[in-house]
Amino acid sequence: MIIRIDYKLYDELAAYAREHLPEEACGLIAGTEEDGERLIKKVYFLENIDHANDHFTLDPREQMEAIKDMRSLGLKPLGNWHSHPESPSRPSVEDIKLAFDSKASYMILSLMSKEAVFNSFHIENGEVTKEDLRIISEEYYY
Amino acid sequence: MTITVAGEKKEYKDGLTLPELIEAENVETPEYVTVSINDEFILTENKATTVLNEGDSVEFLYFMGGGQ
Repeated sequence: MIIRIDYKLYDELAAYAREHLPEEACGLIAGTEEDGERLIKKVYFLENIDHANDHFTLDPREQMEAIKDMRSLGLKPLGNWHSHPESPSRPSVEDIKLAFDSKASYMILSLMSKEAVFNSFHIENGEVTKEDLRIISEEYYY
Repeated sequence: MTITVAGEKKEYKDGLTLPELIEAENVETPEYVTVSINDEFILTENKATTVLNEGDSVEFLYFMGGGQ
């Protein structure tokens, strides 16, 4: 699966996650899907109702509002994202255990080192597959 | 009857129950799915007995959470 995000949206997401340190930040992603390729067109910033540095939970009511907004914009829910303030950009045991939607892309931004690392994963029946995440611009689209 | 499921209008038999809809829609891991009908969340203990009505709008929301 190729999943693309414009660098401006990515910068916005990373800035939001940094602003919310030391807590994990989280949200949803929406966009389009064609021929097995996903393009993120909107990032949703939702409250981490756990307010913890090692755990996140999305608020179902905010989740529902975001999904309604996606529909109104003609976008498809593509998955979720969250930050790992102190660990790598890979799904933890708990992330895998709590990944119930096999259609979703699970995106993880690691802030453990100076440079943020962003990856996207498909998780199904406990199996994790790294997706081909591409941070793009109009000039550098691949 | 016509109901809206995840934003899409669909035809189902009258008297359709929520468990029947969950099965028909192939909802994965339904025990971890929050259901809303017309913007109202359905309590887990009421899922088995909830009956859909004409014009209802249903959303299935997966629990989304994790830890590092």
